[in-house]
Parts: sequence; C-alpha cells; structure tokens
Amino acid sequence: MPETTVILNEASIQRAVVRIAHEIAERNEVSQEVVLVGIQRGGVPLAERLGRILAGIWGHSLPTGKLDVSMHRDDLDQRLAPDVQPTVIPFDITGKTVVLVDDVLFNGRTARAAMDALNDFGRPKRIQLAVLVDRGHRELPIKADFVGKNVPTSPGESVRVVLDESGHADEVVLEKP
Amino acid sequence: MTWNRKHLLDIESLSPEEIMTVLDTARAFKAVGERAIKKVPALRGKTVVNLFVEPSTRTRISFELAEQRLSADIINFTAEASSLKKGETLRDTARNLEALNTDFIVIRHSASGAPHFLAREINSSVINAGDGAHEHPTQALLDMFTIRERKGQISGLNVTILGDILYSRVARSDIWALTKLGANVTLCGPSTLVPKEFERMGCRVTYDVEEAIRDADIINLLRIQHERQRKTMFPSLGEYSKLFGLSKARLARTKPEVLIMHPGPINRGVEIDSQIADCARSVILEQVTNGLAVRMAVLFLVNGGKGPQGVAG
Repeated sequence: MPETTVILNEASIQRAVVRIAHEIAERNEVSQEVVLVGIQRGGVPLAERLGRILAGIWGHSLPTGKLDVSMHRDDLDQRLAPDVQPTVIPFDITGKTVVLVDDVLFNGRTARAAMDALNDFGRPKRIQLAVLVDRGHRELPIKADFVGKNVPTSPGESVRVVLDESGHADEVVLEKP
Repeated sequence: MTWNRKHLLDIESLSPEEIMTVLDTARAFKAVGERAIKKVPALRGKTVVNLFVEPSTRTRISFELAEQRLSADIINFTAEASSLKKGETLRDTARNLEALNTDFIVIRHSASGAPHFLAREINSSVINAGDGAHEHPTQALLDMFTIRERKGQISGLNVTILGDILYSRVARSDIWALTKLGANVTLCGPSTLVPKEFERMGCRVTYDVEEAIRDADIINLLRIQHERQRKTMFPSLGEYSKLFGLSKARLARTKPEVLIMHPGPINRGVEIDSQIADCARSVILEQVTNGLAVRMAVLFLVNGGKGPQGVAG
C-alpha cells in the first residue's frame, strides 16, 4: 500500500477555492470579459465551483466550459491513447479573458496543450491559469496565476484530488510509492 | 478504457469493451468536426499510406479527410496507377512504401486476409479498409456509432440486415459487432445470397421479408454487388426490388421509429425506394458524417497501441 498524506481536507479546499475566486475577481475588473474553462477531468468540477462563487461576487453568472487536451498532447507517441472526454465550449472566447482551471499543475505540459487547444476556438484577449495544487517540477516556462496551495513533492509521488465525487469527502492526498 | 492494439484488422478479434472505446473516442472527434477549426495536431509528423488496391471512393475520401484532420501526411496509392500493375507483389509494394518511413497503412484489397498478411510483414500500423468479402471494420464501427447515437444503446435492439449478405464484408463486420454488443440480428435476402450457414455467427436467417422487418428497430440495407458475383444469383434487379426492396408499402408495416441504414452507394429503386432514402427515418448521410469521426478515432487509438495483436482466425 502506498503511504498517503492528506494535504487539504474539505474545509481547507473550500477556503482555497473561495480565495482563488476572490483573486480572480480582484485581477479582472471587467467581469463580463471573464470565462472559465475547466481542463478534463479534474479541472471541470473545480471550474464549476469557482463559477458559482464568482457569480455570487459579481452578481451574474459566467460562461463555463470544459476542455479535453488529449488531441493536443505532445506525448501521444509515448503512451497509450488517452481516454478522450467531451470538450464543450458553447460560447465565443475571442476577446475574452479565459481562466483555465485544473486541479494539479505538475510539468506544465497539460497547460501547454490546453492553450494550444483553446486557439482552435478563437483568440482570447488573455489566458490565466488557476490550479488547486502546484506540485512543482515544471518542464516548460509555465506559471499559474492563481494557486490554492503549493506542495513540495518528489517526481515519483502522485497527488490525488477528490472533488465532488458522490460518496467521498473532498480531499487532496499525496501518495508516496 | 481498453485499447492497446497497433492494428485494426477485423471486428471478430475485438472485445465489446474495445468496440465501446472506439465509439466513445469517436464522439469526441465528431465534436471536432463541428468546430470552426476542424483540425487537431494528434498525428502531426506521421505519414499514412492509403493503399487502395481495390477501387473505392467514399471509404478512401473518408480516410483521407480523417488523416488530414489529424494533421498527418498522406500518400495515396491506387492499383490502377501503380507498380502492382507491373507485377510487384503486395509484400514488396508495402515494404517499399515502408522504406519511406511510413507509420500507418490503410489497406483496401480484394483478397480476404491481405491486411493480416501486411501486419505480419511490416512495422507500420495496419488498418483494414475492406478486404474481399471478409471484413470492413470501420464500416461496422460507424454503424454501431450511428445506432448508439440515435437509439442510446445497442443491446437488445432488433437489427435486420437485408440484401446481399454472401458477398458483403459489411454484413460480416456488422454481424460480429452487433452480436458482441448484444443486439438480435436477423438476416434476410434471396436464399442464394443468404446461406443458412450464417446462423453459426449467432444470428437468425429468414427469407420472409415481411417478417424480417416487422419488429426491426434498425433495417440495414445492403447493395447487390454485381461486381462480386461470378454468376447471376437471382433472375433480375426488377424481381429483386419487387421481392426484397424496401418499398413504401413495406415501410408502412414496420415500427414507426425504425431507422433505415445503408453503407452506400445506394441503388435507388433497387434495394431502396428513392423517397425512403431521403425520408426522416433514413440515417444514410449521418453514417457518412459519423464514418469520418470513427476513422479519426481509430487512427488516434492505434497510434498509441503497442500491445500484442491477438489476430483472429
């Protein structure tokens, strides 16, 4: 059995998400320009949660989409074909501030693929990145704009995020092999 | 998700889970085709050879567009304008193509088993685009995709395949896929073209067309393949149309929600009444749209596949 440590529990996740939402609201004065796009799969429930909090802050709902980056990955040769999830962006992103949302930021390759994939949908005015956990070990010059928690890890460890899964309490767990 | 195959050679050797993986993946690729920018970089830098030793228009165009939308480089190779006409063997042709560092070979051949032979001989991924009267796996996959999209599921549906079964690779691949996914398959047509032996594949054979279509949820019509018949298997096309063609009178005696499918090219007035081909219950053109998505999914999946092949037969 792998050794596991709880990094964030349900209450601390909620505090982190609320703080990220306020930081997004503070950074983006024109709320009508902001759209949220969750990266499949872990970023999708997080984006929905951020959307609900931001709607309360701004007093209007904001467009929220989901993006699968499998077809834009740079490691398709080195792995089995990934499980492709639906991409649903039912609004125009051109001229908007797109906040990409993911659960864990690791080597940065998913974020790069996500920015590539977004280009197929339009030309955003700017792209910002929000993550619940930044675990380090970047392989690309990518940095998150909004971070729930920085977690020092070693490359062999894994970070597991449980969010909005029925029958499970929300938590972020660090697993040592 | 379960896909670790380097080739797509037939439906017979696939598991139900593998078939569903293709259908799920194809759904994402269908969405790509509905965007303003219909191209993704998944196969950038890869080279695909479309080796069509037997003539084909729609399957070749569908594969070619699928490859382009995945950003692959493409070589089109047809029998009429090739060294095969000069006596080169299939193996030598393929090895020459592979010497150009190709990654995929999509093959259409009049000989059953040609794709399996190639898969043993060369290092590229091989995709069967139709081999003789054996199989046409991507057609079956697009048929399953279309049925699932329209009906929500495949298990438990009554599917009737009507027409030339004997010479049809589409029928064989469809029968494998439908029975694996739990549909009830009925075959119907002239007895010369629908031998009872097909019941060993797990389906039912009947020569009573009214009974075959009465309870069907899906009617899949197959074209009479004049070009494959060595001798005439029935008196005339007019008689075939009268006895087995889907007329308006026959359609009126089917379930109101029945779907009419056809792999194309259709022969209006022979196996299908011209107006039925264009009616709301006909999904013939949806099959074409879905074929593109399914072929993109297959190329995407075999690109990642490294595992053992388990070639059937």
